Amino acid sequence: MNGDANTDAAKISLSVCDLVVCYGDKRALGPVSMEIAEKHVTALIGPSGCGKSTFLRSLNRMNDLVLGCRVEGDVRLDGQPIYGPGVDPVEVRRRVGMVFQKSNPFPKTIFDNVAYGLRIGGMRDRAEIAGRVEHALGRAALWNEVKDRMGESAMGLSGGQQQRLCIARALAVEPEVLLMDEPASALDPIATAHIEELIHELARDYTVVIVTHNMQQAARVSDYTAFFYMGDMVEFASTDTIFTHPSQPRTEDYVTGRFG
Amino acid sequence: MKGRARTRSSRRFGDVALSLGTGLAAALVLLIVVVILGDVIYNGAPHMTLTFLTQAPRDGMTAGGIFPAIFGTVALVVLMTLAVLPAGVATAIYLSEYANPGSRLTRLVRVAVNNLAGVPSIVFGLFGLGFFVQFVGAGIDRALYGGQRVFGQPALIWAALTMAVLTLPVVIVATEEALAAVPRELRLASAALGASRLQTIARVVLPQALPGILTGAILAISRGAGEVAPILFTGVAYFLPKLPRSLHDQFMQLGYHVYVLSTQSPDVDATRPILYATVLVLLLLTFALNATAVVVRSHMRRRFAGASS
Repeated sequence: MNGDANTDAAKISLSVCDLVVCYGDKRALGPVSMEIAEKHVTALIGPSGCGKSTFLRSLNRMNDLVLGCRVEGDVRLDGQPIYGPGVDPVEVRRRVGMVFQKSNPFPKTIFDNVAYGLRIGGMRDRAEIAGRVEHALGRAALWNEVKDRMGESAMGLSGGQQQRLCIARALAVEPEVLLMDEPASALDPIATAHIEELIHELARDYTVVIVTHNMQQAARVSDYTAFFYMGDMVEFASTDTIFTHPSQPRTEDYVTGRFG
Repeated sequence: MKGRARTRSSRRFGDVALSLGTGLAAALVLLIVVVILGDVIYNGAPHMTLTFLTQAPRDGMTAGGIFPAIFGTVALVVLMTLAVLPAGVATAIYLSEYANPGSRLTRLVRVAVNNLAGVPSIVFGLFGLGFFVQFVGAGIDRALYGGQRVFGQPALIWAALTMAVLTLPVVIVATEEALAAVPRELRLASAALGASRLQTIARVVLPQALPGILTGAILAISRGAGEVAPILFTGVAYFLPKLPRSLHDQFMQLGYHVYVLSTQSPDVDATRPILYATVLVLLLLTFALNATAVVVRSHMRRRFAGASS
């Protein structure tokens, strides 16, 4: 329950206060409070069912789409409450992008995939869309591989390329925060290394929150790490602290591989 | 040892009997289809000439062609499709995308759709006469034509609408299945990019579900092309010298024309080849529609190949 990790140096992007998520009558998470630093990578680790994905999904109101899911507490993005009255979840999701565990490109062309968010946002100017698509693909380190096949179906890309396409698609709408739910768990080691490298790069411009099962990955890519267990956040600190001298015994047991 | 041997041999006998029995059943089905098609093609094909397809019946239907019936069937099916597709697809979208799956209204609509599918087609005919012709049609006449009979009688539009009600469950069920087959990850991906529910449905879900929806539409069309009972009281005519020119005209139709030819001819021998050829046209039309459904579906599947992998 230690919510004050050493994030003083960085500006706060997302501030979560007493967040509780229930599925029906069952409490799945919380109460959790934490502050997520802007333009840093925050990793959420913990065993399956610990609530880390639920927590992630409550940061862009994707939990609203789950039938019977209830969210209490306060989440603020740049100081504005995202669960406040009159806040449109659609608007929140434009500012907080998301990449899923399983790559899920639309069965459209590569170009149309990346342009999707721009077009639904009302962008019509073709040159502008093309520019943004190229930029986003560049940011996702995919441009060189696909620049000559923009009109081909995205389904023809490899698994790792598809996942980078999904990242590009999320980046195209220029969100402030990028949520990643085990983005590399379905990929081979080389594709995983690509994604991890990319996450590092992205943290220069975006706030990244990543859920991962892989502790080495958390240690490699993140600046801060939160350990979740049984629906509670056990400890939240800089990644160094969590992996070298955690204050909670359960955290230590988990990161040293004694359970989980 | 002896007992085991007997079980084995009786088991083998069971296997042989079963494969023989099921094989015979399958062969019988094939035989029936071959006999029907063979008979119709053998007797009908020689008479299927260009004049037959392009002329109206003459001399008490003992000569001439069936063009008005072909035209009427096509007009009926086109109007029916225009009515049933929007209504059916909209209902399916509501049921699968908007309605709360557990709510009483949703369950009620589902029960209604299933029951609609089980209603005998002649009942639809009577419903069409009572509702469309005598209630809606007569109402339009009272409101717009000062009581003069324009819409308040059996007509193309009422037959098409009655047929649309009959085929509604086909379209709803096919569309719902197609929508349910769209992977949830794609909806989530769209939502996570800031798409509203409408945008997700219009840009991701419907394009993905299109092959299934079209399949449902074509199944409905091929059913509508063959049904006769629903249009008996609502618009089909025994014989018309002219083609229908407006929605409130009566029309001729292939299925009904087959019935008329086979029961009302003054000269059975002169009518027989015409009858066979008419049946052949009706069969070809229905088969062609079904084949189109298969081709469209596989073409679309290929276009979206790997979509759910």
